[in-house]
Amino acid sequence: MTSTYLPGTRPGPDAAPRPLPPAGRARTRRRLLHWLTAMGFQLPALVLFGVLVLLPILFALYASFFRWGGFGMPSDYTGADNFTRLLQDDVFLGDLWRCLLLVVLSLALQLPFALAMAVLLNQRIRGRAVYRMLFFAPYVLSEAITGVLFGMIFAPDEGLADHLLSDIGLGALGGKWFADPSTVMATLFLVMTWKYFGFHMMLYLAGLQSIPAELTEAATVDGASPWQRFRHVTLPLLAPTLRISVFLSVIGSIQLFDLVWVVTAGGPDHHSETMAVTMFQYGFKRYQVGYASAISVAMFGVSLVFALAYQRFVLRRDLAGATTNMRGDGA
Amino acid sequence: MGDPALSRRGFLTATAAAGLGMTALSGCGGGSDSGSSGTTTVEWWNISTTEPAKSVWAALAKKFEAQNPKVKIKIVQLENDAYKTKMTALTASGKLPDIFHTWGGGVLQQQVDAGLVKDLTAPTKSWADGLLPVAKQPYLLDGKTYGIPFDIGMVGFWYNKALFKKAGISAPPATWSAFLDAVKKLKAAGVTPLALAGKESWTGMYYWAYLAMRTAGIAALKKANDDKDFTGAGFVEAGQHLKDLVALQPFQKGFLGAAYSSPTGQAASVGNAKAAMELMGQWAPSVEADAGKGIGADLGFFPFPAVEGGQGTVTEVFGGGGGHALRADAPQAAVDFLKFFASETTDVELVKKTSVLPVVPAAESALSDANLKLVQAQLKAATGFQLYLDQAYAPAVGQQVNDSVAGLIAGSKSPQDVTQAITKTAKEEQ
Repeated sequence: MTSTYLPGTRPGPDAAPRPLPPAGRARTRRRLLHWLTAMGFQLPALVLFGVLVLLPILFALYASFFRWGGFGMPSDYTGADNFTRLLQDDVFLGDLWRCLLLVVLSLALQLPFALAMAVLLNQRIRGRAVYRMLFFAPYVLSEAITGVLFGMIFAPDEGLADHLLSDIGLGALGGKWFADPSTVMATLFLVMTWKYFGFHMMLYLAGLQSIPAELTEAATVDGASPWQRFRHVTLPLLAPTLRISVFLSVIGSIQLFDLVWVVTAGGPDHHSETMAVTMFQYGFKRYQVGYASAISVAMFGVSLVFALAYQRFVLRRDLAGATTNMRGDGA
Repeated sequence: MGDPALSRRGFLTATAAAGLGMTALSGCGGGSDSGSSGTTTVEWWNISTTEPAKSVWAALAKKFEAQNPKVKIKIVQLENDAYKTKMTALTASGKLPDIFHTWGGGVLQQQVDAGLVKDLTAPTKSWADGLLPVAKQPYLLDGKTYGIPFDIGMVGFWYNKALFKKAGISAPPATWSAFLDAVKKLKAAGVTPLALAGKESWTGMYYWAYLAMRTAGIAALKKANDDKDFTGAGFVEAGQHLKDLVALQPFQKGFLGAAYSSPTGQAASVGNAKAAMELMGQWAPSVEADAGKGIGADLGFFPFPAVEGGQGTVTEVFGGGGGHALRADAPQAAVDFLKFFASETTDVELVKKTSVLPVVPAAESALSDANLKLVQAQLKAATGFQLYLDQAYAPAVGQQVNDSVAGLIAGSKSPQDVTQAITKTAKEEQ
């Protein structure tokens, strides 16, 4: 393998002097060989992906057209009944609304907060490594533990939150937290922010550190104010990170389950229920697996539409050149 | 898996079984293979995974083996939820273990309809007649016996005598209006009348179920499920009574978010003397002491009050227990084991060591706990029995009852909404 490696070819037994094309046949054969080699390597992964990801998705799609209790094969075909029922189901429509609410709150409050913390912790301040670790720690904690923990902290009257508030004379601010339809979403969002802002902060920190210091220095020399430096130098260069972070945040909100399940199970009276919780209720509590499949298909649809649209319109520049084909020439 | 041609159903079940662990797989064959020495192996599936019941049951199996040298008992223990999932899969595949735990009601009915369960009416008649009638109820389907109980319990009000005294209530209320008065008196005395776990909707369902038993009656509850129609006046009335109670704001602060057995939950509220009452099953005293401090001798029990003008009486009980059923072609040794397990000697041991309530009347002498004695007295005098609605009905219907009643308690559903939603789900279910 000492031959010179030209771009557009790959080293191999037949790599060096590239034979002149004796019509298309040899090239076709070589392509086939490439294809077979690639397939050979991919097969195990493809089989796993097919059996564990594709097949269940397709099966859920199939099952969503049946009334089915989950055992044996679905046989009671009901057409699109499950989907029309979905659109008349107050709980499911509420799920969509709550999902939108969480997305908006995350984008409007949680991410800007994470960005502010990242910018702050990117400064030279004493003990910033400790702060970074502290703020990131909640993300490492499992959702179930977070749920149990905050269930206790926000227990009305008896929890830490209400005790603290009454100790500092603000007992009137204490509330029902998770225990009232009007406050449950706000409390849930508070916990979500506590849990996830550290993750986004870490993303932003990584992004900030890849911004060359010369640029900001140059801007300073040119007389830019701190805000101008942030707005016109840091922010544009951080944009790819921001776009990914928004993407992850939205997908996370659409698929939110564990935290809600542990802390409220969707209550009180469905006021914190998410699509995934509703799906779980129907699939594993009521054994209406057909209807639960319809919910999962709807969830998949919402995620897919968002993901595709976002990649097409927002992530386009970030992804340009990142896709590869198997010849490795990027074409 | 003796089947040469593995059906698709069988395959799905096997897949499900593999997911649940290897113990599960061994059960697919249904057990009872005769060994070379002529011994019969009987497989016994139960949910006694916690001590002391676990060791007591294992010791009992050994004792039975000693008495019957030709029989081997193979115990398979699964945790409650895993067991339910596993059994649903096994029912679909048509292969049940020789002896298996059952709660009776809708699930047992399903297994019976599939022809998978042994009719025990004739083989057990000679000794099962003497068992506590109310304990046998959950397993009595269309007049035939399909299971033998080892435990029975009921739901009722557990109350704090000291707090009742503080509020000037001399005797536990016997009617619904007296009950509402008691709630008002407790509130006036600055005591939270009731603890409820709003996060776990089955706790609220108990109120509606008991009220429906008292207004519409047990027969109407059965008929409504058979006819898929819960819109009868008695059920709406039950919801109205519950709404009257909710209007008094009797529950602890933040009850909509409260769990049942957590340190800030329903049981702890009563166990820490913060609330005066809870509507709960016979296990309440132990959970109150576990999640909270427990209130010792202050704890009392009274049955759910009668509703004026209703069809039901105060002696009709709502509850459930535990029992065993047999696979349709289980060997005689399995029947012998049920007889052994329901004997007075065994029951005395179970009552003493594992805090179940006696199913053999003579074993009640083994009861030492004053509260359980009260429950036992109610059960013995019971004139009617209604199994927990989520066990008596199909899962979707049971869940809908829980869900709708939770909405009624939270104030978002009317009594009519509740009956209509349950009816709608029952009709969808077929």
